[in-house]
Amino acid sequence: MADANVARTLATETKEPNKLGGFFKKLFRHHPLGAFGLVITVSFLLTAVFAETIAPYDMNASDIKRRLQPPSREFLLGTDLIGRDMFSRIVIGTRTSLTIGLAAAAGSVVIALVMGILSAYLGGIVDMAVQRFVDAWMCIPGLSILLVIVSITGTSIPAMIFILSLGGIVGSRLIRSTVIRIREDMYLAAATAIGSGTLRILLRHVLPNILAPTIVAFTGSVPGMILAEAGLSFLGFGLGPPTPSWGAMLSGQVRFHMFEAPHLVIWPGVALGLVVYSTNMFGDALRDILDPRLRGGGGRFSGTAAQRKQQKAGDSAKRS
Amino acid sequence: MRAYLIRRLLLVIPTVFIITLIIFFLMRMVPGDIVDDLVWQMEEAGTISEVDEDLLRAHYGLGEPAVIQYGRFLGVTPQKNGKFAGLLQGDLGVSWKQRRPVTEMIGEKLAVTFELGLLSFILAQLISLPIGIISALRQNTLADYVGRSFAIVFISFPSFWVATMVIVFPGLWWGYLPPVRWTPFLDNPMKNLNGVWVPALVSALLMGGGMMRWVRTMMLEVLRQDYIRTAWSKGLVETLVVARHALKNTMIPVVTIMGLQIPILIGGNIIIEQIFNLPGMGFMTITALNTRDYPLVSGIMIVLSFGIVLINVITDIMYGVLDPKVQYD
Repeated sequence: MADANVARTLATETKEPNKLGGFFKKLFRHHPLGAFGLVITVSFLLTAVFAETIAPYDMNASDIKRRLQPPSREFLLGTDLIGRDMFSRIVIGTRTSLTIGLAAAAGSVVIALVMGILSAYLGGIVDMAVQRFVDAWMCIPGLSILLVIVSITGTSIPAMIFILSLGGIVGSRLIRSTVIRIREDMYLAAATAIGSGTLRILLRHVLPNILAPTIVAFTGSVPGMILAEAGLSFLGFGLGPPTPSWGAMLSGQVRFHMFEAPHLVIWPGVALGLVVYSTNMFGDALRDILDPRLRGGGGRFSGTAAQRKQQKAGDSAKRS
Repeated sequence: MRAYLIRRLLLVIPTVFIITLIIFFLMRMVPGDIVDDLVWQMEEAGTISEVDEDLLRAHYGLGEPAVIQYGRFLGVTPQKNGKFAGLLQGDLGVSWKQRRPVTEMIGEKLAVTFELGLLSFILAQLISLPIGIISALRQNTLADYVGRSFAIVFISFPSFWVATMVIVFPGLWWGYLPPVRWTPFLDNPMKNLNGVWVPALVSALLMGGGMMRWVRTMMLEVLRQDYIRTAWSKGLVETLVVARHALKNTMIPVVTIMGLQIPILIGGNIIIEQIFNLPGMGFMTITALNTRDYPLVSGIMIVLSFGIVLINVITDIMYGVLDPKVQYD
């Protein structure tokens, strides 16, 4: 999903035919951590797609006599409270986590785009009202408002995606400021001058010009969404028992057995951490490549090798 | 400066108003009210056969239009007994479950949440500032890589997992468990800190990981400025360059980010309180939601949100104090 988006931006951003190849070259050569993140992310995506094939057992097949078994060759990550294979459940849980994470990130970007663009482009009283709403929303602790909204909507997958998408309300700030920056640009005046309608201007001129920050916002919010879903499930406000969720695997009855069978609580968290880590790394690299303005000096996880050398030379020159 | 202060304080009014709107109407959308709950309880106990739900609703003032109820919640329209008792009067209503004023219940828990929040905030700064600064000063050295790797690990792993590991492994290896019972600070400060330092540290590591990245970024940005080069070239030692020239300029954006991180910290502590059994407002939120005690839930949300509004105002004022370039027209 992320890849498709990258491809689309890169295609619309320039007319160069081989931009995507260039992107990967840049990623693998100059952002090793980002490339590593991409590889892990893609392998988790593949795991999510082929979950049933990869899982050695049926995730619901339980054998109560063999409950709480430690990891062994037969059960890679051991068995859970009612003797289900942990590895299979974690593999299937990948799908839950990534589906919700990606869909909610996409949803939040849509909300951020609609609110941000309208607020910035219409300006005046609309902008004022929307911004005061965002102000207020940002002051209510995120988790507690999500818990309340879960109580309203229930805990189906679409509901979870919708609830987490509301994170886009905060994200609209970034989009708004980007649109305000380009609002006075010449091509927008030109488009107005030749009589384009507002909708056409927004879709044909404003949207393509804020694609880079949008993509960055998308990849940047995936890890947070995955963590938020896990957190809600952990608190018992997420997806119910038939759906395996990494967050829910750490809560409930499990907590009475975590000392005798620590594998129950270790591995779902490791899977979560790996996914979040790799999406974070890839997101950071993508931000560096797509939108240098957001880079903020040298605060990257992986600068380009040439820049690093330059920086180092500068540093040592400074000290000597 | 005074004009800026007044304008900033005036801006609080619409924010606070919209917060009450959001919370009040969200809580009304949650299915099930006190009457449903009472009827359910009575049916459970088998004490009734038939109830006039409308009469009950009228008794609790739920029969009125939403606007009037909202007015009562705010304290601008009188309650049924003719008195004004709402937010403006500092009244958050009565808990459905415990039949006690919500303000009183929150008051008992506020100390725990405040202590945990403050301690984890301080610890987070103690962790993130030195590591972020060293990481930036020694960019791309071993120290930098180690610091950054830790930061990424801590922002990638969910708090509830880190907290669980912190409970499980010391327990397995050394038989150490964090205390289960909460001791108020005033009763026994040592015992209290003994119970709160582990959860505060877990919470601090997560906030500190994010903060460290920001401190490093901002510090690197500042270190490239001309005035830093000037400081170097006039022969200042590194300590002075950092302490006198770099640090203050780094802190300006960092303070803003600290302010933005505090709501996340408060939200995250809901989970931390739950895991470590700390009887704070987060713990109470979960209990209140599970028992459908909605006046209590909205009361907690109002108190937490107003706290954050206050923190934001303080952050903005600090920003003005730290950055003399900010113009107050």
